[in-house]
Amino acid sequence: MHIGLDLGKCQGYGNCVAADEAHFDLDDSGLVVLLDDKVSEADRERVAAAVRSCPADALWLVENDG
Amino acid sequence: MTAERPERVLVVGSSVAGVRTAQALRAEGHTGELTLVGAEPHLPYDKPPLSKEFLAGTRGAEDIRLLPGGPEADHGFTLRLGRAAVALDVERRRVRLADGELLGYDALVLATGVRPRTLPAPVGKPVTELPCFTVRELSESAELAARLAKKEPVIVVGGGFIGAEAAATAAALGCPTTLAESGPAPFAALGPEVGALLAGLHADHGVEVLAGARVNRVEPLTDGWALVRLDDGRCLEAATVIVGIGCVPNTEWLESSGLGLNDGVVTDEYCAVPGADGVWAVGDVSRWYDRRTGGHRRVEHWTSATEQAALVARALVTGERRPFDPVPYLWSDQHGVKLQMVGRRSADDHVQAFTATTPTGDRKVVLYSRDGRLTAAVTFGWPRGCMTARQAWAKGADIADVTARLAGLTTALTPLDLSSSTYLEGNRA
Ligand SMILES: Cc1cc2nc3c(=O)[nH]c(=O)nc-3n(C[C@H](O)[C@H](O)[C@H](O)COP(=O)(O)OP(=O)(O)OC[C@H]3O[C@@H](n4cnc5c(N)ncnc54)[C@H](O)[C@@H]3O)c2cc1C
Ligand code: SF4
Repeated sequence: MHIGLDLGKCQGYGNCVAADEAHFDLDDSGLVVLLDDKVSEADRERVAAAVRSCPADALWLVENDG
Repeated sequence: MTAERPERVLVVGSSVAGVRTAQALRAEGHTGELTLVGAEPHLPYDKPPLSKEFLAGTRGAEDIRLLPGGPEADHGFTLRLGRAAVALDVERRRVRLADGELLGYDALVLATGVRPRTLPAPVGKPVTELPCFTVRELSESAELAARLAKKEPVIVVGGGFIGAEAAATAAALGCPTTLAESGPAPFAALGPEVGALLAGLHADHGVEVLAGARVNRVEPLTDGWALVRLDDGRCLEAATVIVGIGCVPNTEWLESSGLGLNDGVVTDEYCAVPGADGVWAVGDVSRWYDRRTGGHRRVEHWTSATEQAALVARALVTGERRPFDPVPYLWSDQHGVKLQMVGRRSADDHVQAFTATTPTGDRKVVLYSRDGRLTAAVTFGWPRGCMTARQAWAKGADIADVTARLAGLTTALTPLDLSSSTYLEGNRA
């Protein structure tokens, strides 16, 4: 499982970072940076909640890494 | 019967609080019935773009949907749209819809939000004859967007976030725009410092900001325009009037239910409604008990709505009760500048404003503190600075420490003397 991102949609609202500092950060220009785009089963719910917290619809979870 | 794990969950209100509740319920593992009721006929959509990209015409109705896929998509729950809930019977645990249908529940989540206040109609004239708009619903916002595209003069009544954003969008579209604020200074609710910075931003982008401009009434003119009369006798003419004078919670339908209503649905610290088994309230309609301030509070911000939705969904599925104790956060987009605020300020907080020089440009930040602790931070165009303050606020940070951490993101953090800044001059002009 990994995190999908449309950087063109990111507005720098930072809700993902507030929800999960292990996977998300913001860069100088205020755009999201994925610290780790891989999501372990243990982190799944936390990352999913971070994804739902994005007001700009810029994030999603990709279930199958195949 | 009650429900650590309710079998049938009913969510009333199909905007972000309701939709996120339904989505989180499924994500947390709710396998029983799940129904989402909404008064508006449209597929659930998000409200913040209505005063921003949607009004500007850069994002359409499909782009602001809250649920992926069109009307036929499977969302994992039943949608009952275009029918308002009109009554709640907490004894029998059921909700009546406008068409008479009765929906039973084991758990009920109230998410009916708020609606804008309107100006009183002139005597003997239906308000529909006036080119007056509020910004909250898709249909009305679409009509407003079409009107703004004509680039005719606009008067915005009210200098809150929604009014200020609508004014910024109108000005960017080329409409000569005036913002009339009844208070002594524009944007005063944000404090004099941020108010001054915002007033300057609007002045720089051609919005005429009038303070102390209390609207007495609006009258129709023959050509479809409106005449806006102020209390002090001034008259303004415009093709379009945008009214942003605050909101009232949608709770009338609950008046016969016996629930505690007081400018919203009153809840405990878990967003559960006392005395009504299985009933919860989330989003703009919820007045929850805030442990941190020791009082009930209601806020009208997106992030709070989604955080409450997640909290209640979790409580319903897992039985885990956590008090709602948010890091207060909001954003607003005006004239291409992202304003973000963390925390809560009080009028007597210590205030410092800075210009932050960063590799990607100059930004501004206003910090509020009390007894050496950060109480609030407002950033202009600096998401990273805001994020740093947000993380610090959550940990109850020392103001010197926050300032040092912010300085660490910059090449220089220079105190900004607002009393002499061009922004304040813009404010005074
Ligand atoms: C123009 C605009 C711009 C905004 N910009 C920002 C921003 O930049 N940042 C920010 O943090 N917040 C912003 N907000 C605030 C944010 O959008 C709200 O906090 C959020 O929409 C609250 O969601 P909600 O679901 O609680 O309520 P609402 O969005 O008010 O939705 C309530 C829903 O319930 C429905 N409903 C009402 N009564 C009934 C009934 N009896 N039966 C069935 N359905 C009913 C309504 O039709 C509506 O769809 C903005 C809001 C607006 C309007
Ligand atoms: S929450 Fe969404 S918009 Fe905000 S920083 Fe994260 S990806 Fe960007």
